[in-house]
Amino acid sequence: MRKQRGLSIISMLVFAFLIIPMIIIVVTSFGENPSIQFPIQGFTFDWYLNVFETNSLIQSFFLSIQISMIATILALLVGIPAAYALARYSVKGRDILKSFFLSPAMIPGVVIGYALFQFIVIQFQMPIFQGLLLGHFLISLPYIIRVVGSSLEQLDFSIEEVAWTLGCTRVRAFVKIVLPNIQAGIFASFMLAFINSFNNIPVSQFLSGPGVTALPTSLMNYIEYNYDPTVSALSVLLMVGTVILMYIIEKTLGLASIS
Amino acid sequence: MKNKAPFILLTPGLILLIVFMFLPLVTIIWPTFYDGKLTFGSYLSFFQDNYNLSVFWRTLRVSLIVTLICILLGVPTAYYIARTSKKWRGLMMAMSLFPLLTNSVIRSFAWINILGTNGVINDFLMKLGIITEPIKMLYTDSAIVVGSVYLFLPLMIITLVGVIENIDLEMVEAAETLGANRLTAFMKVVLPLSLPGIIVGSILVFSGTLSAYTTPQLLGGNQNMMLSTFLYQNAMTLGNWQSAGVIALIMIVTTIIVMKLFNMIAAKFDKRGGEHA
Repeated sequence: MRKQRGLSIISMLVFAFLIIPMIIIVVTSFGENPSIQFPIQGFTFDWYLNVFETNSLIQSFFLSIQISMIATILALLVGIPAAYALARYSVKGRDILKSFFLSPAMIPGVVIGYALFQFIVIQFQMPIFQGLLLGHFLISLPYIIRVVGSSLEQLDFSIEEVAWTLGCTRVRAFVKIVLPNIQAGIFASFMLAFINSFNNIPVSQFLSGPGVTALPTSLMNYIEYNYDPTVSALSVLLMVGTVILMYIIEKTLGLASIS
Repeated sequence: MKNKAPFILLTPGLILLIVFMFLPLVTIIWPTFYDGKLTFGSYLSFFQDNYNLSVFWRTLRVSLIVTLICILLGVPTAYYIARTSKKWRGLMMAMSLFPLLTNSVIRSFAWINILGTNGVINDFLMKLGIITEPIKMLYTDSAIVVGSVYLFLPLMIITLVGVIENIDLEMVEAAETLGANRLTAFMKVVLPLSLPGIIVGSILVFSGTLSAYTTPQLLGGNQNMMLSTFLYQNAMTLGNWQSAGVIALIMIVTTIIVMKLFNMIAAKFDKRGGEHA
């Protein structure tokens, strides 16, 4: 292949643009100065300690893990059967049904967040936790429908029919034959939905209350009142988490499966 | 039995979507059309107010500029990644995926550090003596554009790599053998064939920028509102639920119109390609 200099220069600049801001965050997290500066003076791990001593951040971290985990599992429980029905049976109005299941991804997050806030918190006076959970369930569902749906479309359903003929019940055939064949898709959709839910801001921003604040919202509130390297330190910790998740995905499915 | 199965499988999802998405949406949007009688007054007065209009146009302008920049930077980069050897391609894909999987608050925060009054750029320029006063870069429309490009460029790149990888490189080589220079081969062969990817990427970038909350909030500030931050302000700070509902529907409708427009552009280009063939 011939070298294309113009192309390489643009690409290198793009990669520099993507990576340098992250590097600056990593570097500033070690600075001794209480306001963020670059290049840094001195070297300290104090801001990392400060992350673990800031209760609001730690509390939201565990809340976010909990919300994203429950919401994604709920989305799997509801989404896999729906994706199966849409792929397996010629249901009337299948395209419309599918768009309806994918619609939470088309509606702007702030609109979903605000609508749930009005409906659940204001009208029905339900706890914010439930609202937050439902919001995250809604934004996770399209990932499940899309990714699991495309693995189901590639599945040859005659193997399921063979199982029926051999005396398997429908449920048993689904569990023993269909599920194992789409497990890569299920895992990929779980990862995508979980990461997306964990990072979501617009929905969580409307559904936050005393003791119930998702991590990105907490982080945002923190930035608005204190501009110190604690945010950099927490960002670095979250980036390390992202790298670990990417490594797990690469080793199990290959990164191509989620891109 | 056979007819009941899909019904049973679809019902839980449908009920949850209707009760917790459709009904809540109706709850916030219905009052904007009905106050004793059916009326479009809320929408007419929204578009008669200069401030509202400025927010609306800023949202469209920023989204369009961000989409164009992402196309200009994304197409060459994706082409470069797609033509690189396997070993490097994996690393480059990981470098594009990493920002995408990182929280948008962190990614906007990175640009506060760079664009702020005491940020990296101002600091650097002042040390060099090029400027004496810090330049105001944060809390401007340009800051939102830079932050949004940073947010969505990886999405454009990844979408395009998938499409460009499937283009038969022999066609590019054939064009070059037949006398086209590299730029011509790129413009006449690669670009038209990657158009479906560009369209999908553009829809993702445009609707993403249009509805992003973090970037305009952190990099635009209160002076440079976009529809999403404006909705939040009306709903949560001002308690003006009527306006919030109006903005919500405007955001939904704008997203749908933009998608249709992009698909129309794609269809038009497809036809032209057909005439040539």
